[in-house]
Amino acid sequence: MTRLSRRTALFTAAAATVAATLRVRPARAQAAGPYSLPPLPYGFDANEPHIDAQTMMIHHDRHHAAYVANLNAAVKDYPQLAAMSPDALVARLADIPEQVRTAIRNNGGGHVNHSMFWQIMGGKGGAPAGALADAINRDFGGFEALKTQFNRTGAGVFGSGWVFVTVTREGKLALAPRPNQDTPLMDGGRVLFGNDVWEHAYYLKYQNRRPDYLAAWWNVLDWTKVAARYDQAKAGTLTI
Amino acid sequence: MAFELPSLPYSHTALAERGMCQETLELHHGKHHQAYVTALNGFVEKNATLQGKSLEEIVKLAHGDASLAGVFNNAGQHWNHILFWQNMSPTGGGIPGKLEAKIVADFGSVAAFKDAFKAAATTQFGSGWAWLVQGSDGKLKCTKTPNGSNPLATGEGKALLGCDVWEHSYYLDFRNRRPDYVQNWLDKLANYEYALSQLG
Repeated sequence: MTRLSRRTALFTAAAATVAATLRVRPARAQAAGPYSLPPLPYGFDANEPHIDAQTMMIHHDRHHAAYVANLNAAVKDYPQLAAMSPDALVARLADIPEQVRTAIRNNGGGHVNHSMFWQIMGGKGGAPAGALADAINRDFGGFEALKTQFNRTGAGVFGSGWVFVTVTREGKLALAPRPNQDTPLMDGGRVLFGNDVWEHAYYLKYQNRRPDYLAAWWNVLDWTKVAARYDQAKAGTLTI
Repeated sequence: MAFELPSLPYSHTALAERGMCQETLELHHGKHHQAYVTALNGFVEKNATLQGKSLEEIVKLAHGDASLAGVFNNAGQHWNHILFWQNMSPTGGGIPGKLEAKIVADFGSVAAFKDAFKAAATTQFGSGWAWLVQGSDGKLKCTKTPNGSNPLATGEGKALLGCDVWEHSYYLDFRNRRPDYVQNWLDKLANYEYALSQLG
């Protein structure tokens, strides 16, 4: 078998397995707890060909779902934590009981990061406009310069992590790489948008070629959504 | 002298029937490990204090030094992968009697050892490694390290087995199911003969 046909066969078999297990998904998603997996706001194939449907399905239905389930498990015996929003949890890690602090850091971070991530994709790429484009020109020297710096920063994250663009209440933008599921929310910051550079985000399609994934990812950004987040940041209403 | 990618001690297809497919091995060895070697050589070329040092010396010297983080990551990953290839075998999974006796003495049972190893592997959040080490007290224990770190750097003991839990190790074969990968690795891939040969 050629490599391509071998992988196609592998994926077809795996897709069938995933499809078969989809029927049991509601039971898993209803795991007890205050936090829930937000539905993907578009089809699994909406980001094709840049991000394949199988990656989207596993990423959302398995990886993100696991963070939600583990977050619910972490707060189970802490009603005062269970009453908090996920962004409030990760913003106040120092106040979290030590026994569950790491679990909340990892899984709360995973929950807020992925909830943001699904929101800003599903688009057709292109370029930002208006006040956001002005801010990008001011803070990065242009959209092309932002992409270059963002991609370089993402490629430089060693191991699993994220590359974010943060935004202040004044609308000032900056790059912020983070390891694992950490987020600038943990340091009092706000995230305008970000890209997941865990290998699970790209390995089925790009394998070891993370720079190719980073370059292609801009084609699925929804700039309308990012611009709305920019407005929320300046209004003080942006959360995750 | 520049560091070099070691050859695999078996063919790229040798582990396919035991849960690690040809493509995983080709990418993991030929791309990922090669990239660590290339990056490490690049660092050494630019830094006279690293030149002439062994891989072990570089790992220890760079550990905990933020200014040498890139050196540590790539030297650590080179060291880890050299061990990893030797830690697997097309006839893996069988535990020699002498090692089994030591495992039973230190963990209580083979099942308890595997549970401890799996716990280390599955609680390593994000990329990293799970290890079976022999501590300075002579006892076996299971540990974990993030990203490119290892027991040589942390001083937790002599590494007998190291299982790579970066997603690139298992994503083509197991997708998100790291626990299944680790269970399979312990049952069908791990080269316990090699582990025994390293036992002090």
